[in-house]
Amino acid sequence: MWEALDILTQANFWAATIRIATPLIFGVLGALLCERAGVLNLGIEGIFVAGAMSGWLAVYLGLPLWGGVVVAALVGALFGLVHGVLTVPLGLSQHVTGIGVTLLATSMAYFGYRVAFPNVATPPRIEAFAPLDVPLIGDLPFIGPILAQQTGFTVLAFACVGVLAFVLARTPLGLALRAVGDNPEAVEAQGLSVVALRIGAVMAGSALMALGGAFLTLSAFNAFYFGMINGRGWVCIALTVFASWRPGKALLGALLFGALDAYQLRIQTIAGGVVPSQIFLMLPYIFSIAALVLVARRADYPRALMKPYFKGQR
Amino acid sequence: MIRFVPRARTPVWLSVAVSIGAGLAALALTAIPLALTGAPVFTAFALMAQGAAGNGFALAETLTRATPLIFTGLAAAVAFRAKLWNIGAEGQLYAGALATVALGAGLIEAPSYVLVPLVLIGAALAGAVLLLVPVLFKTRFGADEVVVTLLLNFIVLLFVQMMLEGPMKDEMALGWPQSAPVLDEATLPKLVSGWRLHGGLVLAILAAVALHVFITRTVWGFRIRAVGENARAARYAGLPVGKAMALVGLLSGGLAGLAGASEVAGLKGYLTADLSPGFGYAGIVVATLANLSPLGVIPAALFVAGVFVGADSMSRAIGVSNYLADLVVAFALLSVLVGGLLTRFRIVFVRRGTA
Repeated sequence: MWEALDILTQANFWAATIRIATPLIFGVLGALLCERAGVLNLGIEGIFVAGAMSGWLAVYLGLPLWGGVVVAALVGALFGLVHGVLTVPLGLSQHVTGIGVTLLATSMAYFGYRVAFPNVATPPRIEAFAPLDVPLIGDLPFIGPILAQQTGFTVLAFACVGVLAFVLARTPLGLALRAVGDNPEAVEAQGLSVVALRIGAVMAGSALMALGGAFLTLSAFNAFYFGMINGRGWVCIALTVFASWRPGKALLGALLFGALDAYQLRIQTIAGGVVPSQIFLMLPYIFSIAALVLVARRADYPRALMKPYFKGQR
Repeated sequence: MIRFVPRARTPVWLSVAVSIGAGLAALALTAIPLALTGAPVFTAFALMAQGAAGNGFALAETLTRATPLIFTGLAAAVAFRAKLWNIGAEGQLYAGALATVALGAGLIEAPSYVLVPLVLIGAALAGAVLLLVPVLFKTRFGADEVVVTLLLNFIVLLFVQMMLEGPMKDEMALGWPQSAPVLDEATLPKLVSGWRLHGGLVLAILAAVALHVFITRTVWGFRIRAVGENARAARYAGLPVGKAMALVGLLSGGLAGLAGASEVAGLKGYLTADLSPGFGYAGIVVATLANLSPLGVIPAALFVAGVFVGADSMSRAIGVSNYLADLVVAFALLSVLVGGLLTRFRIVFVRRGTA
């Protein structure tokens, strides 16, 4: 019993929490940016895969690590453009288009990987992001070792939370983005383009999602594996509702999820043998569903979410 | 300036033309990445066509592969008709498969005319109950069914793995996590001896016809369509929206569950955790290609199955990755969505200012 509580005092546990949360932070920020502008982006799962694969491949082919990050973001934005064009000016079903983007991005990534590496027994590796070794912070008691294990990529994720929160809450662009997801007629009346704002938001959001994937191959691991995303994207869609579309709460939700996942990994080794491991592996998914169901009733969905907008038509 | 003018009715020939056009567009779009890899594009496609339908055996393989896709395609079609976004057919398929081995692998001993229907009903119920959970969450708590059904896929697959490594593990399987084989009395008959084609195909086609009749000719079918077209208007008109949604959930989940039963009792004979290479997700593509028409699901499933079977055969011959098939299918889904605009709208060119 004490072992189960003891986990919470280990620096390794908290470091793992942040590591597991980082891709989800990117994913939830991306999803909430799209949804704040009124577009549900179920392409997220595939965009994670494409970001993971393209960012990694770019580094494998010789780009510096941050170059890989940029490549992943661009690839994500490209798939965002596809989703945006199909759902915004053409007004196609956001559900089905999103699934289509997921299938397309996933199959392109897998096909591309197989073309580049037709027959490899062990996945080729790169030199991944190294932990930040900031002298003074690392010496702090308890939180020092936790922070010292993180990489620059995680710092980027936390920075994105602040930037997105600021842009959405405090800038004219943020006001326009929020309005376009709540009341597109008002935005049009202001002389702004609903189509441009929405496509822009979906592209930027998709770029963030791709960074979530790239974190896995460039920082958490150092190789690309088939099936490595394994529903992380869908989890982000659930966490977005849980976070009420707010960047700060998105960070909180992702960290909570990360803590749960890190905890189940560690408790497995204690309770292993008695309880099947699959029970623990189910917990994060069950947690996501529970979080969604709990907040769904009072969730304050962007009012124009999933409602296509056509000029001069109500 | 271009304007979309909604059509009151869509001619059937146009729907068919759009679906065929989307299939061709998907092949054309796939040719681009294929050409970039330096592979011989036309040889690859010719080999795919040959592998999918070049001889009787290839055709039988395509029909075998199409069988679960017809079921999952129908599952998606009936749900999407009612705007119930069931993305969980993959999990419902596994629930059905699990019920099939639970009932058909020795628990009950009965002649096949009892056991086969029993196994099918059990599988359909398992799939249906699994979908009722998110439907209930949606109608009672307002939780989005997309995310819940998606996440349930992962939970069910883990549950299947747990059962196969634990209580349902076949001790005779040399440590491999698989279930005991279903009894001969629970097995669907083979259609042609020596081929893998089995009775599941007949059931799938019957299910498509039955669903077509149900949706177009019955009161509840009409209600389902009405709920899908405008839930608020349907509620205002006094239609039982909640009940209609629950019925759609039962039908959709049940059909996906039958896909699992058909794969286990008709093809594999036992359950493994890699029973389905994404039949549930591919069902969404099938349904969309079919413009959500139950009868259209049959040719759409044949097309998707042909792409997969053909790509496997092409991959063996010239070494181009069979992920090419997934690429074709993804492009087909997006193409038919865009093409669907033509079926729902007339596109009219008007001069600026006159609109």
